Amino acid sequence: MFRILSVYGGLLLRAMGQTLLLALCGLFFACILGLIFGLLSVLKNRVCNIISTIFVDVIRGVPMIVLAYMIYFGIPQFVNGFMPAGTKFTLTALQAGTIALALNCGAYMAEIIRAGIQSVDPGQMEAARSLGLPYWRAMARVVLPQAIRTMIPSIINQFIITLKDTSILSVIGFPELVNTAKNVVANTMSSFQVWAIVGVMYLIVITLLSRLAKQLERRLNRGRE
Amino acid sequence: MGVNKDNVKIHVSHLKKNFGRLEVLKDVTTDIYEGEVVVVLGPSGSGKSTFLRCLNRLEDITAGEVIVDGHDLTDKRTDLNKVRENVGMVFQHFNLFNNLNVMGNMTLAPTELKKATKPEAREKAMRLLDRVGLLDKAEAFPAQLSGGQKQRVAIARALAMDPDIMLFDEPTSALDPEMVGEVLQVMKQLAAEGMTMVVVTHEIGFAREVATRVIFMEGGYIVEEGTPDEVINHPKQPRTIDFLSKVL
Repeated sequence: MFRILSVYGGLLLRAMGQTLLLALCGLFFACILGLIFGLLSVLKNRVCNIISTIFVDVIRGVPMIVLAYMIYFGIPQFVNGFMPAGTKFTLTALQAGTIALALNCGAYMAEIIRAGIQSVDPGQMEAARSLGLPYWRAMARVVLPQAIRTMIPSIINQFIITLKDTSILSVIGFPELVNTAKNVVANTMSSFQVWAIVGVMYLIVITLLSRLAKQLERRLNRGRE
Repeated sequence: MGVNKDNVKIHVSHLKKNFGRLEVLKDVTTDIYEGEVVVVLGPSGSGKSTFLRCLNRLEDITAGEVIVDGHDLTDKRTDLNKVRENVGMVFQHFNLFNNLNVMGNMTLAPTELKKATKPEAREKAMRLLDRVGLLDKAEAFPAQLSGGQKQRVAIARALAMDPDIMLFDEPTSALDPEMVGEVLQVMKQLAAEGMTMVVVTHEIGFAREVATRVIFMEGGYIVEEGTPDEVINHPKQPRTIDFLSKVL
């Protein structure tokens, strides 16, 4: 165990860094997608609602591993069929991984945001509109701030799921923690020790993150019931 | 201060409102003049709240005409937000913004809509809070207030926009009995200052004392209207007589 740690510890830590990088990139775009599709689903406009429903249903209905293969291998091959000779469209594993994570997590975020907005009493929006505030300003200043507080536990949960889901992207060769660990196992033949180390690493990071999130949640709720 | 019959503030003609296949308002026509305090009475389901909510177009209008201060609410080109700035509304369930304290509730719209700078809006809010007797609650959050206090803040919040017209949608129906008086008191004061008011309520006493006109609605129509004495003390229509015999 200690021999593995001393030889491969640095490598695994760097791989954890890559995992976090991928998760952060994915989460950043997932938040944007989630907000867009979440808002589309609460607008009083059938076309917007349908667009949002299709996005959420399609992404939720496809396993992320299929999504990742499609984005990393499938789409570049498809696009290259139309590219002039000599030019080539490729995605790096980080780019493809970010897109796959963002789409997957974004669909769930959209649902969380929709539910959060719908949990706010419609009277809040009505009161804001009755004062003459336009829809989007009422949304930004009155409805969303209240929705976010109810959404926070679900969002934290989704962040943790997404962080763990980065391991799925080992299949497209991104050097995150699981992919790197596989190589270490191949070199050392010490499956038990390596996976134990990797498991503990995930556990530490996720525990720290959820502690941090709890603190943030408490701070947002301070002074208000 | 009295009713100015030369100035129609709200003109409603042949207003219809359907929710899906349910006809809530069938044919409502009336004019509301400057300085009038119109109290709308009627059994639940008579369409009185829907009628009120059509006056600032919180409900879409199915057919007919609603003209507020010369602005046709059914015209797509009308800037509803501009009209609403001049029409305050008070709700049964207060609808104070739960994420903001009392001061935030009162200054949000005036500052967002550039009607006032932040210091101006704050100063005005303090004056209005003084008026409704809640000067010490400026920093409180809605969850820390009683129902009566919430409703007084809600009235002050609407007044912060300097409206010409105030709409009240059952403002005392969600209050504990001992808090009804403090809210009605603020409304009476407002009426005495000449505010044009449309009030949907079950408070017959308030109608008797403050209204310049009482409208009795049932089944999506105005059944009877007139002075409080005419409608409440000497009703002519059988449905009005029936309703009043149950509530008085």
